[in-house]
Amino acid sequence: MSAVPSPVAPPRRGSPPLLEADRLSKRFGNFLALDDVSLRVEPGRVHALLGENGAGKSTLVKCIMGYLTPDAGRIRLGDREVLPKSPRHAQSLGIGMVYQHFTLVPNMTVRENLVLSRPRLPFVVDWATERAALASFLARMPFQVDLEAPVRSLSAGEKQKIEILKQLYLESRVVILDEPTSVLTPAEADHVLSMLHQMARAGEISVVLITHKFREVTQFADEVTVLRRGRKVGHGGVGDLTPSAMADMMMGGASKSSSLPPSARSSEHEAPADERDRGTDEGAIGHARVLIDDLHAEDDLGVPALRGVTLEVRSGEIVGVAAIAGNGQEELVEVLAGQRMKTAGTVTVSGAEYEPKRAIMRALNVRCLPEEPLRNACVPTMSVADNMALRVFDEPRYTAMGWLLSRKKIAQTATTLVGEYGIRAPSIHTPIGRLSGGNVQRAVLARELEGKVDVLIAANPCMGLDFAAVAEIHARIRAARDRGAAVLLVSADLDEILALATRILVMSEGRIVYEAPLEGAEPAVIGKYMAGHGAHVAPDERHASS
Amino acid sequence: MTSTRPAAGDGAGRFSASVEAAAVPLLGLAVSFALFGVFVAVAGANVGDVYYQMVRGSFGSWFSFQNTLVRAAPLMLTALCTALPAQVGLVVIGGEGALVLGALASVIAAHALGGANPWVVLFAMAGAGCVVGGAWIAAVGALRTLRGANETISSLLLNYIAIGVFKHVVEGPLRDPASLNKPSTRPIGEANALGAIPGLDVHWGLVYGLIGCLAAYVLMRRSAFGFAAKVIGGNARAAQLGGLAVSKIVIVTCALGGAAAGLAGMAEVAAVHGTANASIIVGYGYTGILVAFLARQHPLAIVPVAVLIGGVGASGGLLQRAEHLPDATVNVLQGILFVVILAIETLRGRLATFLPRARVTSESAPNPAAKAACSKAA
Ligand SMILES: Nc1ncnc2c1ncn2[C@@H]1O[C@H](COP(=O)(O)OP(=O)(O)OP(=O)(O)O)[C@@H](O)[C@H]1O
Ligand SMILES: [Mg+2]
Repeated sequence: MSAVPSPVAPPRRGSPPLLEADRLSKRFGNFLALDDVSLRVEPGRVHALLGENGAGKSTLVKCIMGYLTPDAGRIRLGDREVLPKSPRHAQSLGIGMVYQHFTLVPNMTVRENLVLSRPRLPFVVDWATERAALASFLARMPFQVDLEAPVRSLSAGEKQKIEILKQLYLESRVVILDEPTSVLTPAEADHVLSMLHQMARAGEISVVLITHKFREVTQFADEVTVLRRGRKVGHGGVGDLTPSAMADMMMGGASKSSSLPPSARSSEHEAPADERDRGTDEGAIGHARVLIDDLHAEDDLGVPALRGVTLEVRSGEIVGVAAIAGNGQEELVEVLAGQRMKTAGTVTVSGAEYEPKRAIMRALNVRCLPEEPLRNACVPTMSVADNMALRVFDEPRYTAMGWLLSRKKIAQTATTLVGEYGIRAPSIHTPIGRLSGGNVQRAVLARELEGKVDVLIAANPCMGLDFAAVAEIHARIRAARDRGAAVLLVSADLDEILALATRILVMSEGRIVYEAPLEGAEPAVIGKYMAGHGAHVAPDERHASS
Repeated sequence: MTSTRPAAGDGAGRFSASVEAAAVPLLGLAVSFALFGVFVAVAGANVGDVYYQMVRGSFGSWFSFQNTLVRAAPLMLTALCTALPAQVGLVVIGGEGALVLGALASVIAAHALGGANPWVVLFAMAGAGCVVGGAWIAAVGALRTLRGANETISSLLLNYIAIGVFKHVVEGPLRDPASLNKPSTRPIGEANALGAIPGLDVHWGLVYGLIGCLAAYVLMRRSAFGFAAKVIGGNARAAQLGGLAVSKIVIVTCALGGAAAGLAGMAEVAAVHGTANASIIVGYGYTGILVAFLARQHPLAIVPVAVLIGGVGASGGLLQRAEHLPDATVNVLQGILFVVILAIETLRGRLATFLPRARVTSESAPNPAAKAACSKAA
């Protein structure tokens, strides 16, 4: 032990306590989101929580964390019955949660973020002592971070690691993670999850992991509980369950093998042949629909983020833009969506100059599916129906005399779309912010694909979706392409791009740095260009690896 | 210890959401009146008597009720100056400035038209009040959406400027030499006065207020424009994605709010004072903010709330005479009301927790004022 008196108590010896949620039920209005669900998290194990979008996974952990009060049931921690009243209370009991979005203060350093997260801070923080204590804390940790780095400068993977580190620093013995890897690249995700796995092995913590990725379950979890429509439909050791068995439970045995995720069918091939339908049929690809020429834009701090992006998307093709977060692809989508001003350059759609104004978007049939739809594409407090009307509410068919809204027509369209896209919502009048993440995504997709679409800009369209929804959304994007739409697909998920794109562009530091060949795109080569090492890959090396 | 609780019955979600919408302000009213009771007790008055006199002075007789309505009329319009910008997510408190400048503009319009037909004069006065008040608050919206200036601060500061300009003009260039101890402009003339509604002792300004609130309701809750405004107020990024003309809609909405307050100024001049002088500056603009917040920025709810607050103001005189309390006593009540209403807003979404049945949980909506204050319109 360190000689410095440590404000952080040494880790409690002994295994983490058993966490048991016993027959929890939770109702929202007359919608039963959790129906008699039990969850048993054994000490030192990684317990995966699976279920389709809207199954009630987040609701279950929110009840455990004290965000929501269950209508019935109890929660036991060790041999004590507890009923967390608030996340802070749960934290004091040793239950901590890592959210899908980050909760760190970007302008502070890692050290400040950690210290400030403590529930009881002294009036004056003695930074010298804290620094020494943190150093000795970090020395016990399985991975290292730069404590003095401002959080703003960290990548998503590093931030997620800090979030986990924060839970350990707060001495959480049971750590709940709600889709922690959706913001990470596969490599980052593996790193973070294997770290958690090891710590559970070492008996430091127990982990509850919500995820939609079977690969993460089979690789890193010990046990699985499967929810479906608010009910517990399955449970077992990971070794005893094949991915397709889990998928069957999730979908109520109704899943056809064709809708299973690639990993559920075969753990070897991420993208089987039918997933790779790229529509390279020459006849289908038409004239250039979108021309982006030397586009420049700045990020929020005024630093150039787009430094001359030039690209072309033809009708009937999907152009995938692969990039690691922070290389300008967010800004590219924002400029096209009207959420950021360009500083230079032109965008031409169907031969006309494009500006993100309503009339122009409508005339040129430009649609956009941005990432984080709740933040970027919805009004969380407005109803599902209203959100679905965002693009069309002022069109003649939804208005009388050109200005009076027809609530009835808006509701009719919403009802149709909800049915067509299988959106699970208590009602079309529910505020969209109350839908589960996956259902928000579907609702926005339904809105954006309604009617004639000439250009679709999609950013990480499948983030946080269950496998059936991923397959469905991919199919819908392909269908839009087949109807002649020009699709610009920006994604952090290389597998998704490989599966969907007709052409692949790699973006790095605000420029398109590489175009992968139509046939035989090499993930390894693309990855190198994404990482900014493209210049070192000689053309012959590319061929050598294929 | 089992934590089994009865589940909420069918439809409990929607039911208690709407009950809560009314329950929160009503609870605020009750708490405020209780605190006010403590205040008057400390001031040495009999609490019961004070409440009695207040009811008598505001709603107790036909005469006092008409007095209440006369005070409610400008409040409806100035409340719109806060409630309309609130639809696009702005917290504007510039109603006072728009009101006094609207009053000044209407007097100037009346003078410019000299001996024209009274209908023409009144129409021009109303137009001038609306245009100047509208432009004043439109500037607030423009500063916000084009330059990023905080609209609450800028509208507050513009109030001071407006009052300064008003006093300068009334006491300087436009001063009627005949107005000796109270500097005023020349009167608009008896013929041009805004009369009373037939059968009542209340001037037509009340009808302006009612029509204004109704029009605001239809515009904001039933029209495509209002839908766009609501999208902007709820999430400006989503509005941008939809290609909505965010700046234009923000500025127009602010202008409409300012026009309503300017019209209130015109009605005060044309119906009550007959001239522009410092009597216009009695805080209708500021009280309008209270009305808008109590009405939760709902255009139709403004009508009853304005009548209620108008009644509080109307009872001030009686309190002074009957209870020997200072004239400012009702201002204390207004202040208490404002603070309590703002504080109690934080209960929204959690109120259900205190009800025995229906534990309806909504991930508590943040205080709309606070949310609006930190959201950027552009
Ligand atoms: N505050 C709320 N009010 C009303 N309904 C809600 C609320 N929170 C969740 N729901 C509903 O409960 C259901 C379960 O939601 P939950 O967020 O738990 O799903 P999930 O399993 O986490 O899905 P996802 O994988 O999409 O995140 C959804 O249908 C959702 O609409
Ligand atoms: Mg969820």
